[in-house]
Amino acid sequence: MGDVSELFPLIVRMDEDGELVGDLGLVTKQDLVDVYREMRLLRAFDERAWNLQRQGVIGTYAPFKGQEAAQLGATKPLDDSDWLVPTYRDWAAGYVRGVPVTHGLFFSKGHPRVGDVPKSANVLPAQVVIGAQTLHGVGVAWAAKLKHERTATVVTFGDGSTSQGDFHEAMNFASVFSVPLIFFCENNQWAISVPIERQMRAKTIAQRALAYDMEGYRVDGNDYVAVYNLIAELAGRVRNGEGPFLVEAVTYRLGAHTTADDPSKYRVEAEEERWARRDPISRIEKFLLRESLIDEEQIQAVDVAAKAWVEEVLADFKAELSISSSVLFQSVYAEMPQSLANQFDQYMKRVKEVGA
Amino acid sequence: MALTATEAGTRKLSTAKAMVEGIAQEMERDPSIFVMGEDVGAYGGIFSSTTGLLERFGKDRVIDTPISETAFLGLATGAATEGMRPIVELMFVDFFGVAMDQIYNHMAKIHFESGGNVKVPLVLMTAVGGGYSDGAQHSQCLWGTFAHLPGMKVVVPSNPADAKGLMIAAIRDDNPVIYMFHKGVMGLPWMAKNPRAIGTVPEGDYQVPIGSASVVRAGKDVTIVTLSLSVHHCLDVAEELAQEGISCEVIDLRSLVPLDRRTVLESVGKTGRMVVVDEDYQSFGLSGELAAIVAETDPGMLRRPLARVAVPDVPIPYSRPLEQAVLPTHSRIAAAIRKTVA
Ligand SMILES: Cc1ncc(C[n+]2csc(CCOP(=O)(O)OP(=O)(O)O)c2C)c(N)n1
Repeated sequence: MGDVSELFPLIVRMDEDGELVGDLGLVTKQDLVDVYREMRLLRAFDERAWNLQRQGVIGTYAPFKGQEAAQLGATKPLDDSDWLVPTYRDWAAGYVRGVPVTHGLFFSKGHPRVGDVPKSANVLPAQVVIGAQTLHGVGVAWAAKLKHERTATVVTFGDGSTSQGDFHEAMNFASVFSVPLIFFCENNQWAISVPIERQMRAKTIAQRALAYDMEGYRVDGNDYVAVYNLIAELAGRVRNGEGPFLVEAVTYRLGAHTTADDPSKYRVEAEEERWARRDPISRIEKFLLRESLIDEEQIQAVDVAAKAWVEEVLADFKAELSISSSVLFQSVYAEMPQSLANQFDQYMKRVKEVGA
Repeated sequence: MALTATEAGTRKLSTAKAMVEGIAQEMERDPSIFVMGEDVGAYGGIFSSTTGLLERFGKDRVIDTPISETAFLGLATGAATEGMRPIVELMFVDFFGVAMDQIYNHMAKIHFESGGNVKVPLVLMTAVGGGYSDGAQHSQCLWGTFAHLPGMKVVVPSNPADAKGLMIAAIRDDNPVIYMFHKGVMGLPWMAKNPRAIGTVPEGDYQVPIGSASVVRAGKDVTIVTLSLSVHHCLDVAEELAQEGISCEVIDLRSLVPLDRRTVLESVGKTGRMVVVDEDYQSFGLSGELAAIVAETDPGMLRRPLARVAVPDVPIPYSRPLEQAVLPTHSRIAAAIRKTVA
């Protein structure tokens, strides 16, 4: 047997210099102008979230900087009735589906509003226990199949998550039951301090598909055009009952794992700089400039718009910060059992007496 | 020889550094010991429980794993049956669920299933506890769950000297030992400052015997039975209540399995009052177990109803104010004690 990774060549349509090496496919030039702007807004938000943690306004936050093309490319082609099953790093993906981007902040605050995902978004709450959501994704897709709905589900996960038994069991189930699901791996090269080469011996994640007799694809995750076209095609095929599929989007976590992490402990700056040159936003910018679809002035205007937008969404976030403590007891069960109701009474009494 | 926190030496270390020192000294002595887990190498453990070990012992003995808890806990169990003495780190105790079968059906039962012929000498060390806004899946203590399941010893150090002595004892023990360190006792610069997380640690090789509690403050009015980070809070509260003329005896359990019943019973026999301060969930756990021990020994021993300061039966909230409302905080502990002695 030869090197199976060769069966999974990297799909690229727009390279890091913003040159088209394939065609735009289903993406129009106007789409690129819009997506460029949207990514810039989201990046500004992400960077601001980092600062909010540093100022003590929010708790731990996992930035998505660098993964915008993968997250937007995986979700923009979806229909309203499709589903997204995300991780803690997928705030940009959730945003595309209609989840307010501030959910990332509410999540980090432990605010109950984070559970209040708009129903129409078809997004499950973000999962932090590594790999668990891959199984939920199979379940969501399976339910769609049982209900004869023509929908596609996309479940996202990181490269490190592919080491979990949950992931392999999910792949096997999805394949055995032919569920309408796309496994979408955001291979950002690192799982906290562990690089992908030490996570697995295989050269690609895409080739994992072979073991489950599934089609696997490896795409440049920093190339929005390539990710969009691939997912658009696969989502269509999934809705026709041809799934599941595995997609490996090769990208890079430009920032720290979370606000609690310090990457200088385990990776070198040269690597970060190398990947910064492949930034998903700057390659679109280069393309748009070359094609005269935007000019420097408009780029400046996006800067200003991004700042204003971040302030606007933060105002909404700050207005909602207070939390009633009764939510603690009320949200554990569908109806509060007597034993817990007793503890709730004691708790309220204590709050009255000692204020804590 | 057993040492307590107050004896011998003047050198001070954080709990994290004391743990690492215990591991390193044992690794020097015994080549069958290796350390394995997520981010234990270059990162040094996300709560600094393995800092510097990779540089000192190399990557064959300090092994970063893929994110596969079932795999590395199962592997460590297999290696332990073959004469190795693995120390495996489960990054957060909350993730034990991913690998529970390997823990409680295999690690904990192989000795029994083999009629006592196969030993499983391993240490499963894991970070527990909340108080820093990390949510329902990263803030639990769960020691009651492990202590409930036969076959594992369970130790829970609260200070640097005990952390080292219990680590050495755990490594030398021929049973699987669950070693649970609270993030708040480690002395980490990015956590809330806690002066009790730094303390005198003897330099040499010593053990804190597994199964022995420590009376960390003597008193006569009320017995506070506690463990881990709550020991620190209870000592602070005892200090404060002393001003009001309330004399608290504070017991740091240090081990849950085996449990030092004698120390608890002697103290409660003397004070006639017991307050259990436990950062684990209230129901079906340590506080109920301690109440049962007292009741089955002598129901007349308590002159006042027992008080439990534990986490109500709700998941730990991520939100800081809500989390503080369910944790055993200073004011809750003080209120419970005042009520018990009133
Ligand atoms: C079951 C489980 N084990 C360990 C962790 C701790 N942990 C949180 S994120 C992470 C790395 C995940 O890496 P990857 O899947 O590549 O996703 P990324 O964070 O890079 O997006 C680890 C080990 C966890 N949350 N859950």
